[in-house]
Amino acid sequence: MPYLGSEETVKELKRALSNPNVQSDRLRYRNVILRVIRFMTQGLDMAPLFMEMVKASATVDIVQKKLVYLFMCSYATLKPDLALLAINTLLKDCADPNPMVRGLALRNMCNLRMPGISEYIQQPILSGLRDKASYVRRAAVLGCAKMQNLQPDAEIDGAVVNELYGLLRDQDPVVMVNCLRALEEILKKEGGVVINKPIAHHLLNRMKDLDVWGQSEVLTFLLRYRPRCHSELFDILNLLDNFLGSSHSGVVAATTRLFLSLGAALPAVQSGALERARGPLLAACTAQSRELRFVALCHVQQVLRSLPGHFGAHYKKFFCSYSEPNYIKFRKMEILVELVNDENVGTVLEELRGYCTDVSPELAQAAIFAIGRIGQTYSEKCLSILTGLLELKQEQITSAVVQTFRDLVWLCPQCSESVCASIAGCEEHIQDSEGKQALVWLLGVHGEQIPGAPYVLEEFIDALKTEQSPAVKLELLTATVRLFLSRPAETQDMLGRLLTFCIEEECDMSVRDRALFCYRLLQCGVEEAHRVLGGPKSDPSLGVIAGRPEEPINSWAGDFNTLAPVYSREDWAALTATTGGSPSLIPQATAGAAQADPGSAEEAEAASSAAAAAAAPSPPGPGEELCLLSGPPLSPELFERHWLALEPSRRVSLGWPGGDCLPETLQAALQLVNIQALALSRPHARPWKAYLYAHSLGTVVLAELLRDTDAGGLQVTVKQDPEREEALSSFLTVLKTVMQTLGNSSSSLSSHV
Amino acid sequence: MISQVFLLSAEGDHLIYKDFRGEAGRDVINVFYEKVNALPGDQPPVVMHHEGLHFVHVRQGGLYCVATTRSNPSPFTLTEFLNRLAALIRDYCGSLSEQSVSLNSALIYELLDEMLDFGYPQTSSTEILKNFIQTEAVTPKPFSLLDLRNVGLFGADTQHSKVAPSAAASRPVLSTRGEPGGKNEIFIDVIERLTVVIGSNGTLLKADIQGEIRLKCFVPSCSEMRIGLNEEFSIGKTQLRGYGAAVRVDECSFHEAVKLDEFENQRVLRVTPSQGEHTVMQYQLSDELPSPPPFRLFHSLEREPSGRQENGGTGSLSSPPSLSLSLSQELSSPDQSAELQPISRACAGRSHGSRGAALCTVQGLWRAPGSAPPLCWKSGRSACPSSCPSSPAPGCRSDSSACHPPSLPCPSAGYDTSRTPTPTPSAC
Repeated sequence: MPYLGSEETVKELKRALSNPNVQSDRLRYRNVILRVIRFMTQGLDMAPLFMEMVKASATVDIVQKKLVYLFMCSYATLKPDLALLAINTLLKDCADPNPMVRGLALRNMCNLRMPGISEYIQQPILSGLRDKASYVRRAAVLGCAKMQNLQPDAEIDGAVVNELYGLLRDQDPVVMVNCLRALEEILKKEGGVVINKPIAHHLLNRMKDLDVWGQSEVLTFLLRYRPRCHSELFDILNLLDNFLGSSHSGVVAATTRLFLSLGAALPAVQSGALERARGPLLAACTAQSRELRFVALCHVQQVLRSLPGHFGAHYKKFFCSYSEPNYIKFRKMEILVELVNDENVGTVLEELRGYCTDVSPELAQAAIFAIGRIGQTYSEKCLSILTGLLELKQEQITSAVVQTFRDLVWLCPQCSESVCASIAGCEEHIQDSEGKQALVWLLGVHGEQIPGAPYVLEEFIDALKTEQSPAVKLELLTATVRLFLSRPAETQDMLGRLLTFCIEEECDMSVRDRALFCYRLLQCGVEEAHRVLGGPKSDPSLGVIAGRPEEPINSWAGDFNTLAPVYSREDWAALTATTGGSPSLIPQATAGAAQADPGSAEEAEAASSAAAAAAAPSPPGPGEELCLLSGPPLSPELFERHWLALEPSRRVSLGWPGGDCLPETLQAALQLVNIQALALSRPHARPWKAYLYAHSLGTVVLAELLRDTDAGGLQVTVKQDPEREEALSSFLTVLKTVMQTLGNSSSSLSSHV
Repeated sequence: MISQVFLLSAEGDHLIYKDFRGEAGRDVINVFYEKVNALPGDQPPVVMHHEGLHFVHVRQGGLYCVATTRSNPSPFTLTEFLNRLAALIRDYCGSLSEQSVSLNSALIYELLDEMLDFGYPQTSSTEILKNFIQTEAVTPKPFSLLDLRNVGLFGADTQHSKVAPSAAASRPVLSTRGEPGGKNEIFIDVIERLTVVIGSNGTLLKADIQGEIRLKCFVPSCSEMRIGLNEEFSIGKTQLRGYGAAVRVDECSFHEAVKLDEFENQRVLRVTPSQGEHTVMQYQLSDELPSPPPFRLFHSLEREPSGRQENGGTGSLSSPPSLSLSLSQELSSPDQSAELQPISRACAGRSHGSRGAALCTVQGLWRAPGSAPPLCWKSGRSACPSSCPSSPAPGCRSDSSACHPPSLPCPSAGYDTSRTPTPTPSAC
């Protein structure tokens, strides 16, 4: 940010910092440094002071040290050569007897993001990992991740990884969680930290010692672990049950997500978990923090997608209070519409009617549209409210009501009579073009039931010269022709005027074309025009389509407690499209559903063909990388059927990763690239077999890995449905890469798993 | 994981900025500020994105507390974390405002440094953090006429000086370090938020109360403390105790540190408070209030001889007499007016046929007779959507957050009512 006199300020501060009088007075020195930091926060460039600040770091005053470190970490990238001067002080501090000083120095030294720093920090980190103070170990563990982050291409140090896996058993819970975080970052390319049975059980046992942040993080890491048998699964569920009732909403949400993922094949577990989490979720909906309330409401909406009645009894929690911001009120209204049932419909409508006269026009309109949506089921009650609103003679309200009427009449033909009776006189209060369009449409389609329809249209036609919106003119043309067909005597004259004006004086091409079309249509004869324009006046079946079907819980379980529900669906789709796949590091939770009951085979098939259809219209560009999608899970039965029916598309032989590559490791690695493993043999069985599948570009790729003898390589047989060359070759490339990466790291991993 | 954390004032001044992972430059602060101001009214601003970077923010005390991230973290955890950060700033600096943040920026940087490392939360408890925080808080001292009341003639004690001023609790938790002896105080606030819809004829259509008992503890190492609630306190509609539903709530929840073994029989909460502010108990009550609300609202519609219609609303407080009141008003059009009638303790607002809401906030300080613990009547505001002249009575709507004595599960033993400074508990 350009700032007036910033150069002067820098000069003055420089003088003050190098003034020996200031330096000797601790308090004055600190105050000058504080001023530097304050200017830095405001966005002034304080980099010229770097030298003086480095000198200030050699002090016993811890507050001053912290401030100087903050300064150095902000500017080290700009002045790497000068920052090296500070290294000595930092190294000395790393050996200080005071653990607080040691931890502080180590943490900040690792924060200096500049090239060449890693050779200096390696040794302090390694000794920090074995420090007796947990404060230092915490900083050292994350220091490993920072070091890796500085050189993303560097070889992973197996010894450090081993040490970190060992530190998972550390006394200090924060060190343990930091280890998980660091391993996750260091092993990012290989699919993150491996959670096997001993580690998972260790984490579960330590859950109680952690603070809330640690708990939510560990719960997220546990998503990766798949229990072997039902009894283990239920042990885990019992152990974690208490966390569903935690008073911290983050922990509740993370536990719920884990339960949903673990119970992917057990609907009873899922609904039980949601049942238990309902109370805390509702509490978050009424929390004091508005932002938390909003996040909770978004998640409530997500649950409602599968379980529409889940919050039915608690509908009063979603009534808006006066002081809430509009974005919360909008969400609450959307939820209220979903929660309506026979018992509460009266109360909910009464409440919504209160919002219709809100000061904010957007909110009032949204409330009216909400009533309209309820009206698709409870039309009588809603119609009386809406008709009542018309009497207020307010512009926005009338316009929104008329728009709602149009949609209602289209979906529920039984409403048309009362709608037609009530819209007389509305035209005086409608100013905006959407409202006008709706009114004109109603007049055209149901003109024979509205006595004054031609005269209202005539008013619109007389005011045509001043009408701005082409959409209204288009609607007016159609409506007048329609009305002419049902009431020719009253309409003929004005239709003539309208057509003359639109053909001769109108500048907008689409309006002119429509007018010409209408004119020629009428030339063909009245019967012909009737046939073209006199379609059905309502379509109740559309209401069934518009009413959303219940989605399975598994369709959103993987997104629960992520940012996805908080964004609108369109925004999220746009976001993930640009970043290439969901940015979540956690593999899709649906993988566990591979062991689903056989009954879901048909469903899965339907879903997979749907996914295929969805992906089909986008053929890949020539240079486009294959992205394997985490599509719907295949059941073993379905897999078998496909496998037997298909001809092998290709056979290749790959190198064995080497070492003892265990099934979990392989499965975890494959899952990360969205290849699902259906079944694997035990590690030392010969012949060793594995069955894999993946979704890509609208096809399903099935593969069998076969290893006959210890010395031999890996035989891969790939089948595909339907055939798709690009998908096939890229699947093999991905598989090859995975095997190679596993080969590189299996030595360091296998010692822990 | 969090990439950056920054605090902005409502005008967009950068108060605090700390980068944890070096994933984005500092220009994103301005991007955020432009985005949050450019949003149309119906768009939710809580989570926004810009080129793969997500902004999550909370607004507290007029400040934006923003965290950015490139990964896809739990939104619950992030908002809770930011709220916790705001609460910690409040604990350490006494209050959360632009002034206190810019005065204490060194302390807040220190806090952030200890709370987050590489974007991962390390610790957030006031207890643990205070071992690492070296900076002392600077509290702004605004000049206030209220303070002068505490000085008696020739420096003598006055009635007021025996009572803590209402701002006593808004000071840093740790400021006692420098002062010898310090002030060992515990404050208990009972805060109730009432949302009431009142019909045009003055009857209560809907009422909803959300209340909480908040504890602010300045005692460095506090022994166990017992908060006794009214023994007839009952939860839910079915469970009744004593002589009926005198003190009833629909639902209540407690802080995880509260021990509830004596709650079932004696309605005693046992808690060993750590320093800082905690919400000990939250409760909710809707529909049937056990006692009338602390204010009444009347709606009137009059036709003046000139043909104009006057839409008026009068709110009166049914609170104890020794209440000093002040009025602040937000009117949306010039033909609205509001006035305070101190004698009848009523606030009257009127408008002439125009559309728009008026917001009047009545503030008062209530001193109960006797031991005179001042109870802060924070605000009661009322708004009449005075829309349309001939409308079928849109009704008046009132929101207030107030200490509302009648319906309280009032702490009866151990410590007196709210805002009473109490010495270090030795009795319990």
